[in-house]
Amino acid sequence: MASYSTNEFKGGLKVMLDGDPCAIVENEFVKPGKGQAFNRVKLRNLITGRVWERTFKSGESLEGADVVDLEMEYLYTDGDMWHFMKTDGSFEQYAVEKKALGDTAKWLKEQVVYTVTLWNDNAISVTPPNFIELEVVETDPGLKGDTAQGGSKPATLSSGAVVRVPLFINQGEVLKVDTRSGEYVSRA
Amino acid sequence: MATDWRPTASIETLRERARLLAEVRGFFAARGVLEVETPVLGHGGSTDVHLASLSLAATTPAGRERLWLQTSPEFHMKRLLAAGSGPIFQLARSFRDGEVGGRHNIEFTMLEWYRPGFSLDALIEETVALIRQVLGQKSGGEAGSLRRRRYRELFREALELDPFGVELGELRRLAGQRGGLDMGDAARDDCLDLLMSLVIEPTLGREGIDVVVDYPASQAALARRHRDPEDGEWVASRFEVYLAGLELANGYDELTDADEQRERFAEDNAARRQLGLPEVDVDRRLLAALEHGMPAGSGVALGIDRLIQLALGKTSVAEVMAFATPNC
Repeated sequence: MASYSTNEFKGGLKVMLDGDPCAIVENEFVKPGKGQAFNRVKLRNLITGRVWERTFKSGESLEGADVVDLEMEYLYTDGDMWHFMKTDGSFEQYAVEKKALGDTAKWLKEQVVYTVTLWNDNAISVTPPNFIELEVVETDPGLKGDTAQGGSKPATLSSGAVVRVPLFINQGEVLKVDTRSGEYVSRA
Repeated sequence: MATDWRPTASIETLRERARLLAEVRGFFAARGVLEVETPVLGHGGSTDVHLASLSLAATTPAGRERLWLQTSPEFHMKRLLAAGSGPIFQLARSFRDGEVGGRHNIEFTMLEWYRPGFSLDALIEETVALIRQVLGQKSGGEAGSLRRRRYRELFREALELDPFGVELGELRRLAGQRGGLDMGDAARDDCLDLLMSLVIEPTLGREGIDVVVDYPASQAALARRHRDPEDGEWVASRFEVYLAGLELANGYDELTDADEQRERFAEDNAARRQLGLPEVDVDRRLLAALEHGMPAGSGVALGIDRLIQLALGKTSVAEVMAFATPNC
């Protein structure tokens, strides 16, 4: 893997730090008028999701991380692992651990395409599409005529996520939800 | 992807910038300071270990020569002083390789001026007056008050350490801990710079203008050194001005001794060799001018892009430059 010097650091670059793959979030060049230059760098640990703040002497370098994002369709879970398949026609499958799945567990739906992040060919995280359509499996009965304003109630979706929905939504309806905010968008 | 051809500053900002530059010129005209223009190219460059100079090959009557893009207009302006120019100022394009970020741009504008016969205190007063005039009423409150902070005091307050007396191992440990990096073999000044940049600088100029004085003698660059009247410690006769966490200006009681200047150039280049950095051609003409005699006095360099950024309430220098480096 190539290594990258501080002046090549930019948002999104994947590098190795303390043995973990990280994505650079922010890189600030810090330099007193006539002193040593430093780079103040924020990196997101791609395994834990935590953001680290580190300082590097300008000119130092970090090894690149063999990290790729691939589109994969969710197939099924056997209880221990969650199975995804590449969408490039290769039918190649990847098994994902619960830890790597993280919060995405509550947005899973078969045949939907997710972004699976691989490090050295192992899945380390799964990102759901920004919007997903899911069925309401449980909610209080809808209130007729209450279509526009006011009030909301919790609804459990087929994937297990619980979102706030308007009062007029009924069990069995399919909703469009924003997975980033976990908010109801509209009826699908 | 479409090629981004647009300016990094809005046209409205460029109008404001032009107005502020006119304000600067008015300030100096009223004080009888002559505006000069000196070359951005020179046969010598800055040897400063922490400045990366750019150079190019040019065809001149002397043949194919290496010329240096100036990191500040200092050397040429000092030659004018030695030639009897009297007080002078310049809005000079300056170049520092590798310096790109919210507060930096490889090519930037330096407002630099020299005041023969001025004490460092007199120049501090004038620098603050200029900053206030450029900021105008907008930031009157913030820039209204002025505090003079001694370098040593700042370290004592923020980190409970004496930057001059602290043992090197202890300083490395603290710098490494604050920065989250290994400073195990770092030089004393590099540790101090790191702590200054990361811990102290962000707190400066938050309640008004902070002027930092009495830097370690090892950080004198082109300033004279003097003994601290309180404890006899050698300190550099220089100041820096901070506002809103930004370093705005760097002023010196200028070194006029040719021999000492020659020595510092040689020390810098020796340090460069040791660090594996390219050596920079020494400005022989500056040394000759100092030998001829340069009037004693003070000079200051002010990052005008940063001052304009503050005056216009922007968050980066790129927003007040027509085309910042990534977009040039």
